Amino acid sequence: MLGRRIARHGLMIIAVVLLGGLLSAVLVRFAPGFDVDEAQLDPHLNSQSIESLRHARLAENNILHFYLHSLQRAMHGDLGTSLSLGQPVTTLLRQRLPLTLRMVGIALLLSWSSALSLALTAAWLRFFAYDAAATLITGTLLCLPAAVLALLSVLWNVPGALAIALIVAPRDYRYARNLLAKAYSLPHIITARAKGLGELRILFWHVLPVAGPQLLAIAGVSVSLAIGAAIPVEALCGLAGVGQLAWQAALARDLPLLMNITILVTLVTLLANSSADVIGQMLRGQEA
Amino acid sequence: MTIWRRVACAVLLLVIGVSLAANWLAPAGYAKEYRDAPDVAPSHAHWLGTDDIGRDRFARVLYGTRISLLLAPAAALLSTLMAALIGGLAGYLGGAWSKSAMAVTDLFLSLPWLFLLITVRALMPLNVSPLVSVLVTFLILGLLGWTSAARVLCSTAGSVRDSDFVRQARASGIRGMRLFWIHVLPNLKPVLYAQFWISIPAFILSEANLGILGLGVAEPMPSWGSLLRELEGMVSVGDEPWKFVPLVLLILVVTSFQVVLSKQEEVAA
Amino acid sequence: MTVKKCGKTIAALILCLGFIAGNALAQGQLRFCLRSEPKTFDPLKVEDDASVAVRYLTGGVLLRMNRQTQVLEPELAQSWKVSKDGRQITFKLRSGISFSDGTPFSADDVAYTVQQLMDPSLHSPTGDSFRSGPGNVETKVISPTQISITFPAPVAGLDRQFDQVAIESAHSPKKEMAVLGPFMVADYKPGASLLLNRNPNYWKTDAQGRKLPYLDSIRLDIQPNRDVEMLRFKRNEIDLINTLDSDYFDKLATTSPQVVHDAGPSLDSEQMWFNEVAKSPLPGYKKAWFRSAVFRRAISQAINRDDLARVVFRGHAQPAIGPISPANKFWFNAKLKPEVYSSDTALKALQNQGFRMENGTLKDKDGNVVEFSIITNAGNKYRERMATMIQEDLQKIGIHVNVVTLDFPSLIARMTQTFDYEAILLGLTNVGLDPNEQMNVWLSSSENHQWNPQEKTPETTWEAEIDRLMRIQASSADAKKRKEAFDRVQEIAVEEQPFIYLVNRNALSAISPRVQGASPVILVPQTYWNIERLSVK
Repeated sequence: MLGRRIARHGLMIIAVVLLGGLLSAVLVRFAPGFDVDEAQLDPHLNSQSIESLRHARLAENNILHFYLHSLQRAMHGDLGTSLSLGQPVTTLLRQRLPLTLRMVGIALLLSWSSALSLALTAAWLRFFAYDAAATLITGTLLCLPAAVLALLSVLWNVPGALAIALIVAPRDYRYARNLLAKAYSLPHIITARAKGLGELRILFWHVLPVAGPQLLAIAGVSVSLAIGAAIPVEALCGLAGVGQLAWQAALARDLPLLMNITILVTLVTLLANSSADVIGQMLRGQEA
Repeated sequence: MTIWRRVACAVLLLVIGVSLAANWLAPAGYAKEYRDAPDVAPSHAHWLGTDDIGRDRFARVLYGTRISLLLAPAAALLSTLMAALIGGLAGYLGGAWSKSAMAVTDLFLSLPWLFLLITVRALMPLNVSPLVSVLVTFLILGLLGWTSAARVLCSTAGSVRDSDFVRQARASGIRGMRLFWIHVLPNLKPVLYAQFWISIPAFILSEANLGILGLGVAEPMPSWGSLLRELEGMVSVGDEPWKFVPLVLLILVVTSFQVVLSKQEEVAA
Repeated sequence: MTVKKCGKTIAALILCLGFIAGNALAQGQLRFCLRSEPKTFDPLKVEDDASVAVRYLTGGVLLRMNRQTQVLEPELAQSWKVSKDGRQITFKLRSGISFSDGTPFSADDVAYTVQQLMDPSLHSPTGDSFRSGPGNVETKVISPTQISITFPAPVAGLDRQFDQVAIESAHSPKKEMAVLGPFMVADYKPGASLLLNRNPNYWKTDAQGRKLPYLDSIRLDIQPNRDVEMLRFKRNEIDLINTLDSDYFDKLATTSPQVVHDAGPSLDSEQMWFNEVAKSPLPGYKKAWFRSAVFRRAISQAINRDDLARVVFRGHAQPAIGPISPANKFWFNAKLKPEVYSSDTALKALQNQGFRMENGTLKDKDGNVVEFSIITNAGNKYRERMATMIQEDLQKIGIHVNVVTLDFPSLIARMTQTFDYEAILLGLTNVGLDPNEQMNVWLSSSENHQWNPQEKTPETTWEAEIDRLMRIQASSADAKKRKEAFDRVQEIAVEEQPFIYLVNRNALSAISPRVQGASPVILVPQTYWNIERLSVK
C-alpha cells in the first residue's frame, strides 16, 4: 500500500518535473531580451561579430526541439553548456549545489525548530503578552526586505543560513501558531485536559497528530520559500551557490542553465511536498 | 473589544487618516525636488529629511502610505481567496482532484515567474499611467501569491473533510458545495488569516523589487516598498535613523492588522 | 668572542637585514573585488570588465599606455616603428624572457597571437579593433626578436591598440594560462574568488634591480553588490575600491579623508537619446518630434546639468559638453561650450516650431500632448535619479515624462531589435583615448549607431558628413588631420544632439593606507594601473 503510494507519487513527480522544465524553457525563450547579448553594445565589435553573437542563440529558437534534445543529452549526463559562463552546466551545479543544499538545510532546521517551538508555546500558553511579542518579532522580520537581512548578515558576520531562516521562520510561525491554536481548542483536547491528562501527553498524543499533516504541509512549502530566499542572500553575500547562479542566469537569459536549475528546484519542491503529503496521509490514517 | 484591539484599530485609522490628509499635511507634494538640500537630516522644513534628490521624505511617506495601504491588503485578499478556492476545494474533493491541484501548485511554486513578469511588462505600453502600472503589479502579485497557502489549505481541508462533524453533516444530507461553504471553509480560517497577514508586507516588499522589471510604482510616485529600498544602503543608514521611519510604520501597521485579526482567529479557533 | 668572529656575525646580520629589507616589499597580498564573474581567462576573447581586469594583471603586452602620463611605453617590445601609411608595425622584442611556465618568449609567440586574434571566427572586441578593412593580416618573423605585422588597411592609432593585446605562447602546453604579465592565475573558486600569484619569471625589475612585482599575490573576490564592497573596505577586508560611488565617497571622506581619491573627470559620459528609427512602432507625430534637431536641442537646453552633477553625483561629476570628455586633453574640442540651462529658451524654441502650452501641458501643432518615456537600466541608482530629475526639469516646460526602469536584456531588446522605445538614458564607457574606438557609434551603417542603427544610406546630411569625417580620421596617420576631422564630428554632434550628453563622472576610488605606491588616475584601471610597483604594509 505504502509502496504503491510512493510509486504513484514518483511517477507524478517525474511528469511534473518534465513539464516544469518545458514551461520554464518556454517562459525564458519568449521573454524579451532572450536573444540579445550585452556584449553587442561594445562599440569595438564590428557587424559580423554582432551577427555571430545573435546566431549563438539560434539553436534555442525552436524550444520544443531544444528541450527534447536537452532531455536526450541529459540521459547521458550532459546537461548542456551555460551560455553566460561558458562552462558545462553539470560542472557548475556540482560546484555550487553543496553550498546551497547545506545552507538551505541548516536554514530549514533553524526555521522549523524556532517556528514550531515558538508556535507551540504560544498555542499552549495562550498568554497575550507572549503572543504580542512573538507577533511583533515575526512582523518585524516579515517587514524587512530580504536584501536588508542579507546585508545585515554580512554586517554582523552571521552565516547566510541564518538570514534565510529569518526570512522563512516568520511565515512558518504564523501558520503553525494558528493551526496549533485551533488544534488546542478542539473539544477532545478540552476533555483530555479536564480529565487531568498531562500537557506533554496531550501535545504528543492528541495535538500533534491532528495538526501534524498541516504542519508537514507548512514544512514542505517552506522548502521552496527557503530556496527562493537563497537567491538574494547568496547574490548579496557573495556566496557561490545555486541561488547566485540562478540570478546571474536570469539576468543573462541563460536558457540551458535556467532550465536545469528550474528542473532541480521543481524536483526538490515536489520531493519535499510529496514526502509531507505521504507522511501526512499516514498520520491521518493512524488518527482515523 | 479589548484595549489592545482598540489601540490597533486607532493606529490603523490614524495612519489611514493621515495618509488621506497628505494634501494638507504636505502641500508641496511628493515630487518636488529641493535640489539645494539633497539627503539632509530632519529639520523644521523637512521633518524626516530629504531623499537622494531632495524630495521631502515625510511627504513621500504620507503619499506612499495611500498606495501601499490600499493595494497591498487588496492583493493579499485576492491571493487568500484564490488559495482558499484552489487549495480548499482540492482538499475537500480529495483523490485525483487534490493530487492534480497540488501538482499544479508545486509547479507554480517552482517556475521562474520573473520571465512572465518581464513579458507582461513588454506587453504593456511604456507610457502607462503610474496608477495602472501599480494596479497591474498588485494584481499580478495577488494572482501569483496563493501557492504556499494553497498547499497548507489543501492539507487542512483534507483533515476537516474527514472529521466527525463533517461526516455528521453529510449523513444529515448536506452535500457538495453547500457542505464546503458552510462546514469546511470556516475551519480553514486560521490558515486564511495567517496567509492574509503574511501577504501584506510580502506584497509591499515585492512591489519594490518588481521595479527592476519596469513594473511597480513608477517615479516619482512613492510607495513603502520604494522607501524601504533606501535601507539597502545599510552601511550608512545606521547614522541616519530617520530612514527607518517607513519600516517602523510598516511594522506598526502589520502588527495592528494582526491584533485586529487575532479576534477573528480566536473566533475561528 | 673575538673581533673577527664579531665582525662575521655583524656582517651576517647586515646581510640578513638587507635580505629582509629587500624582500619586505615582496611580501603581502592585495585584496579587492571584481563586480562580476570573469567569463574567460583567454586574453584574446575578453569582452567583460572582470576578464579585462584579469588580463591587465596577468597579460604581457608589447606596448603599454602609461595610465598616468598617457604616453605609450615599451614593454615586451623594446622599440617599435609604424609605417607612414599606418598599415605596418615592426617590433624589436626584448630577449631572455620566459612565460610563467618557463617557455621562452620569441617573435613566434607574437605571430601566433596576432594570427589567433585576427581569426575571423574569433569575434572579439580586441580583434575587431584591428579590422580596418577586408583582407588578411600578414605576420613576418624577421628574427627571434623582430617581427613585422602588416594590415590590409590603415589602422588608426595602430601602436596604441597593442596595449590590449596580451601575448599568448605558441608552444606552451598550458595555452593561455602561461602568461608574461606580473601575475598568474593560481586558484579560481567560481562565484567566490580568484587568486593570482606573482609570476616567478616576470622579466621586469625596478631601478634598484629588484624583481617585480613587489606583491606576492592578489586576491580578487567576486562581489557585485557595492554596499557589501564598501562594508568590506571599511572592515579592512579589502584594500581598494577601483570605482567608488559618489555617495560613499563623501561618507568615507568624513571619517577617513586620506583613503578617498577624486582623480577628476573621467572619460565616461552619461547620455540620453531619442529613437530616430524610421521603422520603429512609434506613432508618426512622435517620430517627427524626435527626428527634429530643434526638439532635441530644446530638450537639451531644458535639462539642468549642473543640478545633475551636483545632486546625483554630489559634485563628483561635471556637465558634459560633447562626445569627448575634457579629460581627454588631446581629442577634446576646446572650442565647444557647455549647454546653458534655460527652460525659457527651450520653450521659445519649441513654440517657434508650433508647440504651445495649454494649462501647463505642452502640445504640438496638431494638438498632441507632448509626453514620452525615458527608459534606463534598473539597478543603476544614478541613472534612475537622473531620469527622475530630468522628468522634473521637463515638467517645467509642460512635457510629461514617464520614467521606466527595465532589466538590461529587455532594454537591449527594445534598443536593438524591436526599436520599441522613445528615449533611453545610458552611459558610455571609454576605455581608451582614441576616438576611433567610437567608430561604430558614429558610422551611420553601424549596429551601434544607437539612435538609428544600420542605415543603408545616411538619412541626414549631417550623418553623411560624420561618416565622411570618421573615415578620414580612421585612414589617416597624421594626428593633426585626424584631430581636425574629429573636432568637426564633435561640433556636428553638439549642433544636432543625436546624443544629449549629460555629465562626465569623476574617477573616484578608495585605497587603504596599507597600500603603498598607489596613484589613482582616470584611465582604466584607475587604482592598480601600476600593479607591479604596488606593495602592502
